[in-house]
Amino acid sequence: MERSILHVDCNKFYACVECLHRPEIRHLPVVVGGDEDLRHGIVLTKNEIAAKYAIKTGEAIWQAKQKCPGLVVVKPNFPLYLRFSKLARDIYNDYTDQVEPFGLDECWLDVTGSGIFGSGMGIAQEIRQRVKFELGITVSIGVSYNKIFAKLGSDYKKPDAITQFTKQNFKSLVWPLPASDLLYVGRSTANKFRNCGINTIGDIARCTPEYLRLLLGKLGDMFYVFANGLDSEPVLRAGNTAVIKSIGNSSTASRDLANENDVKIMMYVLAESVGRRMREQGFRCKTVCITVRDNTLLWFTRQGKLPAYSANTKEITEKAMELFRKNYDWLRPIRSLGVTCTDFEHDQIPVQLDLFGNAEKREKAERLDTTVDRLKSRFGNYSVQRGLMLTDRGLSGFNPYNDNTIHPVGYFKPQ
Amino acid sequence: MCRKVYVDVLIKQDKQGRITPLAITWENGEVYEIDKVTAACKAASLKAGGAGIRFTCRIRNKETFLFLENDKWFVEGK
Repeated sequence: MERSILHVDCNKFYACVECLHRPEIRHLPVVVGGDEDLRHGIVLTKNEIAAKYAIKTGEAIWQAKQKCPGLVVVKPNFPLYLRFSKLARDIYNDYTDQVEPFGLDECWLDVTGSGIFGSGMGIAQEIRQRVKFELGITVSIGVSYNKIFAKLGSDYKKPDAITQFTKQNFKSLVWPLPASDLLYVGRSTANKFRNCGINTIGDIARCTPEYLRLLLGKLGDMFYVFANGLDSEPVLRAGNTAVIKSIGNSSTASRDLANENDVKIMMYVLAESVGRRMREQGFRCKTVCITVRDNTLLWFTRQGKLPAYSANTKEITEKAMELFRKNYDWLRPIRSLGVTCTDFEHDQIPVQLDLFGNAEKREKAERLDTTVDRLKSRFGNYSVQRGLMLTDRGLSGFNPYNDNTIHPVGYFKPQ
Repeated sequence: MCRKVYVDVLIKQDKQGRITPLAITWENGEVYEIDKVTAACKAASLKAGGAGIRFTCRIRNKETFLFLENDKWFVEGK
């Protein structure tokens, strides 16, 4: 049986929600952007009017202001966006239990078995109208028989529109689209394609899988499947959460980091949040990975293994600092840092003791960590801090644990 | 353009948890009794800016929308 899949995309989500709540700025060019004082000043979303001034997501707010002098910059209000995201999902849940979120503002819905509510197109119409009426924001919806084409459909015509790609019409509608519209074709893959004279999705589809594999490795097969509409990836059921494979935090510093001590402060703040989140999940990690970005925005990542599984803030930080020292030459000051832990095991698994290690000391450190976690969850993140943090409150005064709660997702879910 | 006016509301909640608004206290302290709630649905208020549950109320023979957004009530003021 042919599947009926919808991809619902809330148009300019953050900006739309802000404009709904502030009728006085609705007719002006609006962008939602981070805090310029904290140097998080980039455009997160723009509304339709700001889009006309060629303002792009991700560019600096001062650049956007140059393009459009009367620009209204609104600070993001993530709890509000989370509420709207949930309200939208509540609507989708009325039609099917297969609702798979892709970020805050996008969802796939499998409505193959939702015949009592009408056809795929009928349900799409109803959802579009309901979201507009109940939430006051607009969505664009793609209707197709696989997730990839459904996603292309929601991008095809916006805002407040529905596009259907069927097995009959996809060759004439999808294939002329540029290759870069396809999921996972980023800048560098698009460049590779262009060098081989592959410009459209149709060009990809007409290549043989062998040729694409030669060009891109195993991703080649994936693109062949995507472009020909052969993707059979299921839409996950609501509440089906993916297995956690890594936990990480990163942040742009409030000023450029000039020496190792600055880096250490940042690393501790990040590692404390990562460690706390890991301990909450009941994990210990084996691998620590750091991301370093300098003030010319050049960046690299390095990873290393811990001697034993650990969720201890100090051990994670020491590993991160060791990786940093080995790999950074201080040619330029640092703009942002990230710490990620992977390779998890559950913390209930018995530990193989090290003959020469100090197990008692590690156990003490573990107890200290859990006590600090408890204090922080009761009295706030800044209630207990390391002495090091107080040496530069400007640098340590951010809270990755509470502030960065929106997590990126991938298309392929770990099994 | 409308103002978003938060108001005090007297409500009745029955055994099933259903909520019926009975009276609104306006900013200046004046109390308006709600004669009848004619409809209730989820809706956005484009005029005042917000979204929640919209109660269509008849107050002194005029139809007014009363919104419950999260746990606060507002009306679309002039």
